[in-house]
Amino acid sequence: MIWTLVAVMVIATVLSDLLQSHEMKRAGEQSVHPHGLMRLARMIAERRRLILAIACLAVSFFSFMLLVQIAPLSFAVPASSASFVLETALAKLVLREHIGVRRAAGALIVLAGVVLVGG
Amino acid sequence: MQTIAAESKRAASVAKVVVVLLLFIALKAVGNLSLAWGMKHLPAGPEGPLFYLKAMFDPFVAMGIIALILAVLVRLALLSLADLSYVLPVTAIGYVIAAYLGKTFLHETVSGRRWLGTALIFIGAALVGSTTHSTTGDQAQ
Repeated sequence: MIWTLVAVMVIATVLSDLLQSHEMKRAGEQSVHPHGLMRLARMIAERRRLILAIACLAVSFFSFMLLVQIAPLSFAVPASSASFVLETALAKLVLREHIGVRRAAGALIVLAGVVLVGG
Repeated sequence: MQTIAAESKRAASVAKVVVVLLLFIALKAVGNLSLAWGMKHLPAGPEGPLFYLKAMFDPFVAMGIIALILAVLVRLALLSLADLSYVLPVTAIGYVIAAYLGKTFLHETVSGRRWLGTALIFIGAALVGSTTHSTTGDQAQ
């Protein structure tokens, strides 16, 4: 049960972020002024992939909530950071982001930090 | 001349990313803290769907939820400006702030191991932060 929840959470997070990143890069630069935020909220309602992304976000949030009820937080937080590795790899493969040595090294150091913080 | 113009454009673009990034981190921190504070100070009652529904009307819980919804929108704006592989490690700074706020306001204990993790997150995020924030070609700059 625990590992099923971890899998659901990680897959939902990865899917949500890939969809969000893909759609937002396509949408072009957005602002965070009140008008910009309203525009973003409307954008979610109008773009099917963003609706799906938010639905995945909800699935990931609730599976995390369930996970912390049956497993210690010190397991749940590092487990959720598994999505971090997968997302960075997919950002390169699917989103065609350029991940140089410095960014890759930084991401690995952050990952180690997240695992320590969770433990 | 052209290089100076390109350079100043790049600097403005970096400044915008930093502002949106800080706003996201702040909203997330305030949202989580408010939510955690509200949930910990709720009047005791039988657990169940009704309990959680009532909890949503607690001012701290409600403020936390609103801040977290705004954080989702601001993160979308951030993803319109920067790569996912940039946003993920850099926003991990949130873990550091959560640890600090938890210790200060909720009196949670933060172990040495946790502070070490916090330091690593800082170093890694700074390293990623020093890379070009958007590397996909199709973005209109």
